Parts: sequence; C-alpha cells; structure tokens
Amino acid sequence: MTREAVIVGVADTPLQNGVLRDGGSVLQVQARAAKAALDEAGLSMAEVDGLLSAGTWGVPGPGSLMTITLGEYLGIRPRFTDSTNIGGAAFEAHLAHAALAIERGYCDVALICYGSTQRSESSRTLGGRAPTLTMQYESPFGMLMPIGGYAMAAMRHMHDYGTTGEQLAEVAVAARAWASLNPAATRREPISVDDVLASPMVSDPLHKLDACLVTDGGGAVVMTSAERARSLNSKPIYVRGFGESHTHWTIAQMPDLTLTTAADTGRRAMSMAGISHDDVDVAQIYASFTITVLLTLEALGFCPRGGAGEFVANGRLAPGGDFPINTNGGGLSCAHPGMYGLYLLVEAVRQLRGECGPRQVRDARIALVNGTGGTLSSTATCVLSRD
Amino acid sequence: MTNRPAPVIDDDSRPFWQGTARQQLRLPYCRACAAAFFYPRALCPRCHGDDLEWRNASGRGTVYSYTVSRRPAGPAFQAITPYVVALVDLEEGPRLLTNVLVDRPDQVHIGQSVTVVYQPLGDGETVLPLFQPEAAPER
Ligand SMILES: [Zn+2]
Repeated sequence: MTREAVIVGVADTPLQNGVLRDGGSVLQVQARAAKAALDEAGLSMAEVDGLLSAGTWGVPGPGSLMTITLGEYLGIRPRFTDSTNIGGAAFEAHLAHAALAIERGYCDVALICYGSTQRSESSRTLGGRAPTLTMQYESPFGMLMPIGGYAMAAMRHMHDYGTTGEQLAEVAVAARAWASLNPAATRREPISVDDVLASPMVSDPLHKLDACLVTDGGGAVVMTSAERARSLNSKPIYVRGFGESHTHWTIAQMPDLTLTTAADTGRRAMSMAGISHDDVDVAQIYASFTITVLLTLEALGFCPRGGAGEFVANGRLAPGGDFPINTNGGGLSCAHPGMYGLYLLVEAVRQLRGECGPRQVRDARIALVNGTGGTLSSTATCVLSRD
Repeated sequence: MTNRPAPVIDDDSRPFWQGTARQQLRLPYCRACAAAFFYPRALCPRCHGDDLEWRNASGRGTVYSYTVSRRPAGPAFQAITPYVVALVDLEEGPRLLTNVLVDRPDQVHIGQSVTVVYQPLGDGETVLPLFQPEAAPER
C-alpha cells in the first residue's frame, strides 16, 4: 500500500471590508495563516519539511525567491520546496506536487501558503505588463489586464453560442447569494441580474459586477500522509486526483478562446480519482470573471461546449440549485486577493468536513476544485474526498 | 501626451519592428511547415524546427474577437478611451493582438475584414501595426 496524501489543516486570513482585519505584511499574513492551519492539524512549524508558496509580492526583482524568503521568515529548513507560479491556479498545482512528494516519502508535512496586501497597498491596476520579451506584442495595445482577455473570450462565446449577458450575470448573482450565507465574505448584500447588467461596463461585454473583487487575503493548507494523520485530531481529507497545464501567456497565443486546459486537467484529475461527473457533490471553480466559470464548466465536461449559458440559468449554481459551486461566495463575492486558488481548497475542505453551517452542501463527499490563472493561461484541477 | 508603452526590441523581434517602421508587416515563416507563425521566436512553435525565414504578409485579416476598453490601460490611452482591442487573424494564419481604429466602438464586429495601418509611436522609432475596417469594395 502506497502512502496517501491528506489535508489536515486549513486557514484563511480574516478580512474586514476586503482589507486585512489584523493588518500585517505579506509575510506576517502567511505566518499567521500557517500557524492557524498547523494548530488545526495539531502539528508544529518544526515538523514542516515541505514548503510551497506563490504570490505577486516577490515579483519582479531579484532576491525575492518566494519559498526561500518565506522559509527564512518562518525559521524552517524544508527538504521539499516549490515556488511554482502559474497564477491563480498555482495552489491546486502545489497540492498535486505536495501529494506526490508525500506519497513518495520526499516529505512528511507540507505547508502551502499565500498572502496578499494588494488592497491595502492599492497596488492593483488595470495597466499592462512591461513591454519586454513576449509582452512587447501585447502591452502597446492597451488591453486592460487581465479583464480584456477574458472579455474577448466572452465576446467570442456570445458570437459562437448565443450566450447572453444575462447568463453571465447569473454566475455573479449565485455567487452573491452564497456569500450572503458566509459571514466572512466581503460582499454580502444580494444582487440581481439587472444589477449586474446596470453596473459600469469595464471591457465589453464584462461589467464591473462580472469581475472579481480586489481584496487582501491569505491562507494556508497543511498536508501529510494518511498514516501520520491517524494520530492527529483533525478529520483528514483525501487528495484523490489532480492535473495541471498551461497553453499561453499572451492572449493571442491561446489556441481557442472558448476552450481552457481544464478540458485536459479535469479529465486527468477525474480519471486518477476514478470518479465521473455525477460523483461530484460540490465544486469550487475559479471565478476571476463570470465567463471563467462558464468556460470551465464546459471544459470540465459538466455541460456541452456552448451550453454553459443555459446550464447556469435559473439559479442552478445558487443555494438550493442542483449544482452548488463557490459556496463561500468565491472570487466574485467572498475575496479575491490577486491569486485566489488557495481559497478554493480551503472552502472545499470545509465543505467536505461539514463545517459550513448555513451554506453547507448536504452530505458533501467529493469536491472538485479547478483553478485558472493568468489570462485563461493555466488550469489545475484537484479531486478531494472525505473518505 | 504620454506615449504608449514602447516594445523593448530584442533579437527575436528586431526584424518585425524594422518591418513595421518601413510600413511592412513581416511574419516569421517555417519552411518545414510551409506556414507563417507569430510572434517571432527561435523555433517554430508547431514543429520546433529552426529552418525559418521572414516573409511579408498581405496586411489583411479578420476580427476573431474584440473588446472595448472603457477605461484607459494607463495615461497613454486616456485620450482615446473608449478604444477597441482586438485579436485579428491574418490571411497567412497567425493571430495578432492589436487595435481596430473606428469612430465608434459599435462599428467593429467579429468576422469583420480589416487591413493594417501603421501608427508611429511618439518615440520617433517604433511603428505599431494597427487595423481599420476594409474599405467597401468599389462597384
Ligand atoms: Zn514548423
């Protein structure tokens, strides 16, 4: 019997109005989240021998190698280290890498961290990246970053499949309805399809309310082997399958604007887990923009290509609907600290443990998590189960 | 007025930007694939061969998708907001990110035929390949 990787601790950073409630630097945020997740697991920092992190705080500039900086700050000397940065999907990839490392005995206790103070620092802009290397073919043309790329995907989806602004808006409305059940969510007041359509257009056809929030945030996930977890107090959540990929950095290089690599990563993750679509009880699907969710549902095969607009209609994704996703409110209503992927994992684990109170999906046994990073550039999918 | 971000020209891109400065749209071409590609790079992204040359493109293409930036992506774009950012599929195959120049954003649509126009950047050196709707054919 091979070693199995399990999640034994999760934490997210308390926010107030999208800003860190307790303040702090990006390093403090990660240290506090790490401690909270380790406390939940019943493990100590000294036992961490695998460290994984990604973020925007160390980029660009030499000397900010992420896990090295963080490892030093935490006072640990890991034997497995991974600063893989593929945007918002990085943490789903980290989970996969840590699972492999644990299964292989390369490390015993892996800690995945994220921290962002983008809101407090007002560092987020819609401007492009420096026009060097491959960005020299993109930045001179003023595409709003990253919403412009997602907007062109949405425009093409509407053209090819007749998808409507109302259908996109359904995703935002459902997210807000879930957020209203989550005291930790940043935006909790209900919204309607009309509210979304009446919000200012940012990059046609995407409105302000089609876009994720801009908040601070952070969190941590602690993993170990199932064997080790037996002597711990928390309920272990099993990592059953995973997949990762990417196709492009500049949007002109995306092979097909309405098809993400979730088609590959989802298939591989579900096949590794030995599950079919019907087995998924709850999904956490990266919602950088409403269109991201539509494209991901299609790529993962929950509905046919072009069918996601119809699939999400009539509140299907909302509380009480038969396809619950982003049950904490997701990137559109809970928090979006630049890279959201770690929150997807935290919420999936809490659902599988049955800790979600009014927003709990009844008897959630299997969760599918799909991260999307860059400008629909990368995806990573994980399948988690409670037993 | 602030200038748009100027491409930082490197060994991959120099022939391309030298071309636009002479009002030529050049594309890297892979002899093994008998096909053009974009952006320029050391190996063909399809077959990974290195038997490459530069060829002139017709400058004609169609709009694959587009968006209207309702806010400027930096001070350089303030004066032209709202403006159209588009992906244009060139006749030769490759897809470019660019701007389509129109009086009103609603004059752009997917599938529209467009032709290249050359717009000098304020730096007196670089010329950007932008596009405009193809003039209606004369009858
Ligand atoms: Zn080739």
